[in-house]
Formats: sequence, structure tokens, C-alpha cells
Amino acid sequence: MTENSGKTIAEKILSEHSSNKTISPGEFIEADIDLVMVHEQLGGRIHKEYEKLELDKVWDPDKIFFILDHWVPAPSIEAAKMHQDCRKFAKKYKFKHDIGMDKGICHQVLPELGFAKPGMLIVGSDSHTTTYGAFNCFSTGIGATDVSVVFATGKLWFMVPETQKFSLKGQLRENVMSKDLILQIIRDLSIGGAEYKSMEFHGDGIKSLSIDSRMTVSNMVVEAGAKSGIFIPDNELVEWLKGRSISNYKLTMPDDNAVYVEEFNYDLSQIVPVVAKPASPDNVVPVSELPEIKIDQAFLGSCTNGRLEDLRQAAQILKNKKIHPDVRLIVIPASKEIYLKAIREGLIEIFLNSGAIVGNPTCGPCFGGHLGVLGPNEICISTTNRNFIGRMGDITSQIYLASPTTTVASALKGKIVDPREV
Amino acid sequence: MKEIKGRVFLFGDNINTDDIIPHRYLTLRDNGEIAKHVLENLRPDFVQNVRKGDIIVAGKNFGSGSSREEAVNVLKVLGIEAVIAESFARIYFRNLINLGIPALKINDVKKKFSEGDILKISIKNEVIVNETKKIKIQMCKIPKFLVEILEVGGILNKIK
Repeated sequence: MTENSGKTIAEKILSEHSSNKTISPGEFIEADIDLVMVHEQLGGRIHKEYEKLELDKVWDPDKIFFILDHWVPAPSIEAAKMHQDCRKFAKKYKFKHDIGMDKGICHQVLPELGFAKPGMLIVGSDSHTTTYGAFNCFSTGIGATDVSVVFATGKLWFMVPETQKFSLKGQLRENVMSKDLILQIIRDLSIGGAEYKSMEFHGDGIKSLSIDSRMTVSNMVVEAGAKSGIFIPDNELVEWLKGRSISNYKLTMPDDNAVYVEEFNYDLSQIVPVVAKPASPDNVVPVSELPEIKIDQAFLGSCTNGRLEDLRQAAQILKNKKIHPDVRLIVIPASKEIYLKAIREGLIEIFLNSGAIVGNPTCGPCFGGHLGVLGPNEICISTTNRNFIGRMGDITSQIYLASPTTTVASALKGKIVDPREV
Repeated sequence: MKEIKGRVFLFGDNINTDDIIPHRYLTLRDNGEIAKHVLENLRPDFVQNVRKGDIIVAGKNFGSGSSREEAVNVLKVLGIEAVIAESFARIYFRNLINLGIPALKINDVKKKFSEGDILKISIKNEVIVNETKKIKIQMCKIPKFLVEILEVGGILNKIK
């Protein structure tokens, strides 16, 4: 990289938040944080670490977004105690944005409430904090000690990442979803293929992807090891922000002469329904190439795929149909806002009539926490983001990651099927 | 920084944070209780065998997955003093450094280390001596900024 070369979006946002304006990949910088998101980790480790600093305040109580979402409402006494520790800390340090536990999953609620604006540098105590890349933010996950450093100083160290450019063209075909696209990308990169890197999404193809669809892509870039997954801002994003009366932001474009470490091209019309087989998100194959795989459970929800678009497409497949008698279908809207809209649109009624169990917004089943834990040798098709050994329950259970349409089509048939054939 | 000396526990590629500590134990809140379950899905005897000063050696992408810092803290509780891997997932790398545990990137670990080998690690001299195999392994240069965090035993001691 020479002094004259331009910057990628990640480089621009990081340099704008640092005193070092000529940053280049590999360099260590200190950057000012715009917002830090915390959930139950606050009661898990953060409060213990922060108390070690013996400070009586946090750097800026207005720049902390605190929500409970993983174990809500508490399924155990231990989880309830964790929530108590969280609330106590939030009160003691006078957090301005204590969102509570009734609103939904952090990565859905934070943008819904207007906290993710283009150009921001956001960190969170959750690896899927990358989701806000859909809103043209540089956002990434950090651990409890890092959160404590931000609480104390408002700053954090970063290694400036190299950027991979993904140019998308065309349009996804019916019942193929952005989940299929990101699973295909993770397969092509492998699960360490974007380690320490930022992914940047370009091209005419992104116009056809709704904000909901983009969030799924940015959410899962971390499964390839990426630090962030940022979309070029466009009219769709501006309209979305306007629709929620969100203002005062800075759309951030890469420079024309930005330097990319690798470039990839995807034609959306060529993407087909895929699944990630156990036990890695890059173990991806087209559904059409699978042998017959019977399922015990199907889960539609999570920060990856519990959005309104996901529920709408799933309901279209389930309408006036019953799921297979050997299958449990669990549906969890990602937020209360989505839940209410789904009720008004009649989607929840379609799910219930199909035989599904509808749960309150929470991360619950995705990490084997509650509301759908798997037993020995059970097989689950899931719209979540990780299919590691024992992730959703017993260590002999197996998880196939898939799109919402593939997931509910499979629930109808009792085995994994291509949603275009139902 | 004092020299580290311990035995190798060897692991493969892509060991994720669910492998290191499954989510279901995170509500336990007591570090000692959580640490009883480290790596139990992969090696149920790990916790019984590990001793203070031991070293984890792994392949590519160690610590992928969740940001849960418990997955580093439990290693600290068990006395692990360094982690060597061909590469690290980025959040895990940060968490190791931030808690004062050296995260050392070394290529071709299987050629250089076997289960149970005795290693001596000097961060200051950037060298690992495999006493069992009688070989010296040069580390990549560790950025000064990270060495400073390790020297004080973690980033919170640096900002105190």
C-alpha cells in the first residue's frame, strides 16, 4: 500500500475514529468507540472485570446499549441471578439505555431502535455484532475485558484489517434466500478464510437484497472468521433509515482506488438452496445433493433469521398445511416489533395452525439454552448460525443450518428438502 | 516476563469456543465450577490431567465462534500459561492477550510438537525450546504493543 492508495470502508471508519489518519492494514491503532452493546455477559464476566478497576463511573453512560436476550425470561435460578447482577450494574453506573428483556434479540433490537447508523464504530459482547455492517457500520464482537476497557476509557485497540471485496450481481431466485448466499460464501472461503479480515459487499446485486437479507449476510461473516462485513450504502438503506426517522449519520463509501487483498464475484441467480452439515458452518452442500435426512426438530428464528421477511416467506410455504407428525417446529420472532407485525399480518396464526410452537423473542434454542434443547441423537434443521458439536443440546445431536424456506419446507416433509419442490 | 515451562496438550484445527466451554455452563457464574467442564466434549479427561504451567498447542483457527471470554478465563483458572496455534480466531486472540496469556502463532505445529512434549517459552527472546525434541523454534515478532499488555499480566493492569 502506498501513501496515495485509497481506503476501504473499514479503513475509513477506523481512521475517522483514530488519531492516526494514514492507517494501513496490519497496523495497531487505538480508536474511539461510538457505542458498546452488552447482554448477559455483563452479569457473566464484565461486572467482575470492571469492578477490578475500582471506578465509580463509566466513560459515557449514553453510549452503552444494554439488553437481556439469551436466557429470557430466566429458565433457571442461575440465569435469574445473572440477570440480577446485570441490572444492579446497569443501575449503579446509570446506564441510559437499559432496554430490558421484553424487546428481543440484541442484533435485531439495536438497529430497530436507531442505534446503528452508517459510519459508526460499534462493538459488542457478542460475536454476531458484525450484523450492523448491513447498516454501513464497522461493528465487531469483543470479550468481557475489552468491554471493561471501553466502559473505562471509551477506546479500544484494533489491528487494521485487510479487506476482501465481494461483488454481487443478479437477483436471488424464488425461495432462495440470502442465507443460502452467505453459506455459499462461507463454504468458498472456509471457516478461517476471512480471519482478521473485513468483508465488503458491492455491486448491483445488493439492490435486490432487502435490509433484512443484508443483516443475515453481515451476521454470519464471523463464521468465516471476519472482523466485519460491511455493505456499501445505497438508496434502500437511506429509505430504511428515513422510515424510522433516523438522522445524523455519515454514509461511508470506499475510495475508488481502495486496495483489496482479494476479490470475489457472485451471481445471485446462480445461488441454490444449501445446508451446512454438522458440525461446521463451512460444511455446505446443495440440498439437492443430500441423501434422505429425517429430522426431529426445525427451528426458525435467531439473530440470523428471525426477521419479518423470514417469517413471511416461511408462512407462505406453511399456509394451509400441517407439519410432519414426527417433527417439532419452533418459531421465534427476533423482536417484539417483528412479533407484533407478524400477529397483525396473520403469520403467527399460520404458524400455530401448521403445528408450530411459537416462543417469545430470545436467543434461547440457538445455543442450547432453553425453549427447544435437543436430546441424544436428534437431528435439527435450523436457521441459526452455528452447528458445532452439542451447540443446541446433547453432544450426539446434529444441526443442519439452512434458510427459513428450506427449514419450514423440511418441517412439512419430515426430512430435509429443497423449498422449491414443496 | 518470566519464562514459561510446561507440557504440551495437542489439538487439531478449528477448535471452537463451544468445544472449549459449552454455553450451557455459562450461567454457573463461578469460575471454578465452569472450569470443571473445559474441553469435555473433545477430551473428557483434560481437566483431570492438566497442571499449572501447561501449554495448549493447536492447528488453524483456534477459538473460533463466540466472544465468550469464559473460554479463555477457564484456561487461566486451570493454569494454562500459553497457547500456541497455527492461527487464532480474532476475538479469541484478543481475549488471550487481554487476560495476559501469550497467543503464539507458529506454522506446522504437528511437525514441531507432540502430546506431552516439554516446552520452555521465552517471550523476551522470542524463542520456544522443545526440550523433548531438542529443537529451538523462533517465534514471529510479537508487536511491542502486545508484549506490553502481556508484561503487566493483562490489559486491565495497563489501564489501572
